[in-house]
Amino acid sequence: MIWIKNIAKALLAAVFLASLFAGYLAPAPYAKQFREEPDAAPSRQHWLGTDDLGRDRFSRVLYGTRISLFLAPAAALLAAVLAGVLGGAAGYLGGWVERGLMAGADLVLSLPWLFLLLAARALIPLNVPPIESVAITFLILGCLGWAAGARVVCAGTDGLRNSDFALQARALGCSEARLLWRHVAPNLRPILMAQFWISVPVFILAEANLGVLGLGVSEPLPSWGSLLRELEGLTAISGKPWVFVPLLLLVASVTSFQVLLVDQEVPS
Amino acid sequence: MRHLLILIAKHAARVLSITLVGGFLALALTRLAPGVDEREMDFRLSDESRAAIRQSHEAERNVFRFYWSWLQGAVHGDLGISQALNRPVSELLSERLPVTARLLGWGLLTGWVLGLGLAAPLAFLQSRTYDLGASTMAALFLCLPAAVLALLFVLWRAPAPLALGLLVFPKVFRYARTLLLQSAALPHVLTARAKGLGNIRILFWHYLPPAAGQWLALVAISITLALSAAVPVEVVCDLPGIGQLAWKAALARDLYLLVCLTGIVTFTTVVAKSAADLVGETLRPAA
Repeated sequence: MIWIKNIAKALLAAVFLASLFAGYLAPAPYAKQFREEPDAAPSRQHWLGTDDLGRDRFSRVLYGTRISLFLAPAAALLAAVLAGVLGGAAGYLGGWVERGLMAGADLVLSLPWLFLLLAARALIPLNVPPIESVAITFLILGCLGWAAGARVVCAGTDGLRNSDFALQARALGCSEARLLWRHVAPNLRPILMAQFWISVPVFILAEANLGVLGLGVSEPLPSWGSLLRELEGLTAISGKPWVFVPLLLLVASVTSFQVLLVDQEVPS
Repeated sequence: MRHLLILIAKHAARVLSITLVGGFLALALTRLAPGVDEREMDFRLSDESRAAIRQSHEAERNVFRFYWSWLQGAVHGDLGISQALNRPVSELLSERLPVTARLLGWGLLTGWVLGLGLAAPLAFLQSRTYDLGASTMAALFLCLPAAVLALLFVLWRAPAPLALGLLVFPKVFRYARTLLLQSAALPHVLTARAKGLGNIRILFWHYLPPAAGQWLALVAISITLALSAAVPVEVVCDLPGIGQLAWKAALARDLYLLVCLTGIVTFTTVVAKSAADLVGETLRPAA
């Protein structure tokens, strides 16, 4: 299994680096149109051809990878922070705070994920500038992805609060704030890290789904989701296997994350 | 009997409270959502019409009062009018619910047959190759966005329920695999095997009953998963179900329709989870 994990690490590193240096590697800006060559086949100038608006597909894949692959961890970080704060507060304070917060988590978890995203996205106007659409998409993902993590953190904090070392610290006169900051929080770090890494592929897939449904990152900014919308032109893509490159990249990246996460499973 | 009635009452109260609170929160959020009703600025409408629209929004300003009147209407089957489609929501739902129900039914059946079909041999075969092959296949489908899988199915002209089944199957397989492998290590299963019982008998008499609660929880989880996956499948495959209706409502920002749909979906998933918990709790002492 170690060699599979090494391949996954190498693949993810290559994809991350390629997207990080998209500015140097891309032959053209992502929005530049080559109006005389719309829907062109791969050539020396356009490695993956051009889309129906004449934009270089390879450049768009590189920039789109940057958006999807960098903002999904950002959203996962937000979700992990929210899970840590809310779950930690629920587990540490207990009583009605715990009951209220966990009822909220139950409510969020009761709703199907994509349905929830769709409803939340509809609350905000759809005709927003592209940069705002990126921020909105990933903020929604981050803000709605806290519930599962919060439950785990709550259970973990509850266990830590009643542990022997916490009792001993209290007996030695340690204040509640110090106990929380110096003894409970460091022990929650592995749970939060696991939650973070589990959320990343989930958010990448969610962005892709929203993009295909036209509710994700808006044009002309590319993301994996918006690039996959090209697959909707079913008759147009037949005989053009290069159109599937973003899909292959997405599947390879998410698979790599899943392979690396095999030991990170968190008890729910 | 009394214990069972108390359990049912508890779960019913939970379903009702989550649905009511969820509905209220969704409605409150629609009132807080930025943006105005574009009809208020449509100069093709007369001043009186625009004033009437503005007045109707004024009446909706008090969320508590509006929610109460909406609930009263909902009890009598009046769920309001869809702004985008200009049709009664109850009429839209009665047209579209059967489509989604059929899709979910077939999709769940396919997902469970595939998931359990692949996981069941793991209980008897001590083959690492089979485990790796089956797990890889499940992982591959887990890494595909639902919308893309639906697109590929349209491209290959394959039936939509199969796409939904393939989206549900990896989760069913993963949970089923874990449950079966856990059960395989239990002492009573080892004893049954040592006494020479057949595989099928061991599966149905010794693997499944002790973990009945967990299997039922998996049924509830798979319903939630299928409802989530139904949205892109219905949109991409052009099936007129409630998933597609939710998407249309989101694109048109028809927030009241979205609130109704969210309420229905929440109710369905909470009922499924509560029913699974209830049956699991009832079965526990007998197991």
